[in-house]
Amino acid sequence: MVADNDKPSIIGWISSIIPFGLLCALLYLLPQITAGHVIRVQLNWIPSLGIALSIAIDGLSLLFALIICCVGFFVTIYAADYLPRKAATGKFYIYLQGFLLAMLGLVMADNILAMFVFWELTTIISYLLIGFECELETARQNARQALLVTGAGGLALLIGFLLLGNITGTYDLSQISLQSAAIKSDPLYYAVLPLVLIGAFTKSAQMPFHFWLPNAMTAPTPISAFLHSATLVKAGIYLLARLHPILGGTPVWMGTLVVTGGITALIGSVLAMKASDLKRILAFTTIMALGILTMFLGGKTTPALTAAMTFLMVHSLYKSSLFLVVGIIDHQTGTRMIEHIGGLLKSMPLTALAAAMAALSMAGFPLFFGFIGKEIMYKGALTEELFPGFATTAALLANALMTAVACLIIIKPFLGALRKTPLIPREAPWTMWLGPVFMGGLGLIFGIVPDWIGHWLIEPAVRAFHPSMEDIELKLFYGINEPFLLSIATLSLGTILYLFKQPLRRTIDYVLQQIPIRFEHIYTGGLEGIAKIAKIQNGVLQNGSLHRYLSIIIGSVILGVGLPFVFGFIPPDFGQNPYPSLSGWLLGGIIIVAVAVVVRTKTRLLAICSLGVVGAGIAMLFAMYGAPDVALTQLLVETLTVIIVSLVLLRLPRLKARPPRMPAGKIWNGILGVAMGALITALILAVNQIDLERSLTDFFEANSYSAAHGRNIVNVILVDFRSLDTLGEITVVALAGLACYALIQKRKVE
Amino acid sequence: MPSIILKTATRLMVGLILTFSVYLLLRGHNAPGGGFAAALVAGTGFALFAIAEGPAVVRKAIRITPQKIAMCGLGLALGSGLVAPLAGRQFLTGIWWIWENRQTSELAIGTPLFFDIGVFFAVLGMILTLILALEEN
Repeated sequence: MVADNDKPSIIGWISSIIPFGLLCALLYLLPQITAGHVIRVQLNWIPSLGIALSIAIDGLSLLFALIICCVGFFVTIYAADYLPRKAATGKFYIYLQGFLLAMLGLVMADNILAMFVFWELTTIISYLLIGFECELETARQNARQALLVTGAGGLALLIGFLLLGNITGTYDLSQISLQSAAIKSDPLYYAVLPLVLIGAFTKSAQMPFHFWLPNAMTAPTPISAFLHSATLVKAGIYLLARLHPILGGTPVWMGTLVVTGGITALIGSVLAMKASDLKRILAFTTIMALGILTMFLGGKTTPALTAAMTFLMVHSLYKSSLFLVVGIIDHQTGTRMIEHIGGLLKSMPLTALAAAMAALSMAGFPLFFGFIGKEIMYKGALTEELFPGFATTAALLANALMTAVACLIIIKPFLGALRKTPLIPREAPWTMWLGPVFMGGLGLIFGIVPDWIGHWLIEPAVRAFHPSMEDIELKLFYGINEPFLLSIATLSLGTILYLFKQPLRRTIDYVLQQIPIRFEHIYTGGLEGIAKIAKIQNGVLQNGSLHRYLSIIIGSVILGVGLPFVFGFIPPDFGQNPYPSLSGWLLGGIIIVAVAVVVRTKTRLLAICSLGVVGAGIAMLFAMYGAPDVALTQLLVETLTVIIVSLVLLRLPRLKARPPRMPAGKIWNGILGVAMGALITALILAVNQIDLERSLTDFFEANSYSAAHGRNIVNVILVDFRSLDTLGEITVVALAGLACYALIQKRKVE
Repeated sequence: MPSIILKTATRLMVGLILTFSVYLLLRGHNAPGGGFAAALVAGTGFALFAIAEGPAVVRKAIRITPQKIAMCGLGLALGSGLVAPLAGRQFLTGIWWIWENRQTSELAIGTPLFFDIGVFFAVLGMILTLILALEEN
């Protein structure tokens, strides 16, 4: 079975060409973009609506794109060994690379509608990935939760984008950003802003929508590393940064982002202390990081925005490598509950190295990139225009808790006594540790040469959405100043919190129990409410009785068409010659007799055949009044209907054998039938009174032979002038046929 | 049990009905008929055949499953619409080949004809799917 074991790796390796190739291409573009060029490509998509598939790569796009491709590459080769052999790996890699491309499209799109399409694509693919282990009920539920929460946000975002397009008259981001002053003074700004923010907040798991992210941890761990730390959840952050010059800088923007972000960061870090599943701990710290990012994007000073972009990189590097480490621990020991593991340092030294580098960066230890991030963060927080005190306090508390969590992640699993785990721990294959070690190592290198990364990546990214002349410089050591002292305070406070983690966790547990409202409960309550309403509505409208359905359909037609007709009544016009010929009288007589038979008969076959006679009689009427095509079709349809219906109904017992129908029901049927007949008759008689719009008819008559080479206008309309309609109709016909077939086969099986 | 008369008559009739349906299909552009009507006629013919001889015989006679017929019809209609984009015109625009003959008559064959044939097979496939499944039930 060697070939079978090798297979998944091969698929993984082949598909890793996509992120790797893209990564090389982006690095090739790096010098140009750092120099301030914006690379643009434009493809027309729906020109009549002003929608173009335009791509613009500037510093901001590049920073995100590099993170996406880098993490994407390591996750791809990692997954080759992580996934169980039986998993549908082909499907997995299609989703994974599809997501990667959608995400790249999102950060590079220069048209807000194209951006929205990519935004929704990421939502949908993330749904598929969270629910990848779809045989698990929880995986399905959590996938649905993520889809509904982020999907609802996506709808809000769409409305916001459309309003934005209405204000500016264009959907091109580069055009819109020229009109930012006009947008901010427009009254619609106060509609656009909340809608866009709801979109960004749901995607980036901001309070009160944060609950979906920890639940999304049912996804396979490589996916959590990729989607739920480095890319998908950063889409909202990207959106906020991208729209910062357009919508940002107002007091509403600053207030909302700083407060929401700060509270989210605190909630995330508090909940992280309490959790014991390593993946959930990381998910909560991701919420914290997203909160911090949102908070800093609320500012408009250069240090605040630099802090956001720097922390974005810091976080992507350490968080995806920590997720991959947790995946390794889970894969090699069989558990990821923090109480059950310990002393893994000996058996998994490389994994421990990666974890240490990532966790130290997360804790903000000097020499690590995280330290730089934290310095700038405090500098940014102190210069915030609105609520600097709140921002600094929130950042300090969240960072201290983060330090404690980092200690927890590194000390608990790797140090101490070896615990008994389901599998005997041993080092993972190199494909699995390479990614975390590399990304953890980057955290160290960037921490030692921060000016380099500042010049090549952070500065172009900030300049892309914050054109200011201020210096953006990352330094290893800024000197002993306020941010430095705050950093020291953070590390000490974090250590204290770690030492008192048991009482702290108990306190958090106790406090959380006192809070009566859970946002998740509002979500589940809403879902149950919808299900209840649907059930009631189904009971009334769709109870499975064909009789009920037909009554509803016919009744609605009578009311919908009849009422307006009654209000605007047009007296009947019997035309020049109101009395039909003898053949007309005969046909009418036949139809009336056939109707009487249908109503009175006790056998189904007779009823069906008589109904066929009614239809055939009407077809004859069409033929008499000069509509041979309609007559032909009507006659054929009647014939086939009789055949098909008799095939079905002949298997049923005779009419008499059924319990006698309620007389009330019979009267109701009669009323419906007569009303429908009267309505149609009145309408036909009224049609003569109205001047019909003839422009289309004239066009068809004039062009049918000359342009479409046909003398039968009806057919020419069907297959040429209106062929798109026909194509739709035959698609429906074919699908309806398949659906009927499925129903019949299902009955056979039962 | 179907009668001998029905069986014998069906042998004669089915061929005629199917020929008539092809006739309706091809004349449709200039006279009453067309793909939909032709498919109904052919469907009636097959229904008669199925009632007389049983659905198994019909399945054997048509060789491919009715669902495939419907899908092929759909594909043909779609494909005939895709000829126009290849020629640089809008989707589903009629593209015509015209043979002039002795200056008096012309034969025009165009993508709408194939579209109509597609309609024919899509509808026929659907009718056959239903009738055969119901007969076998």
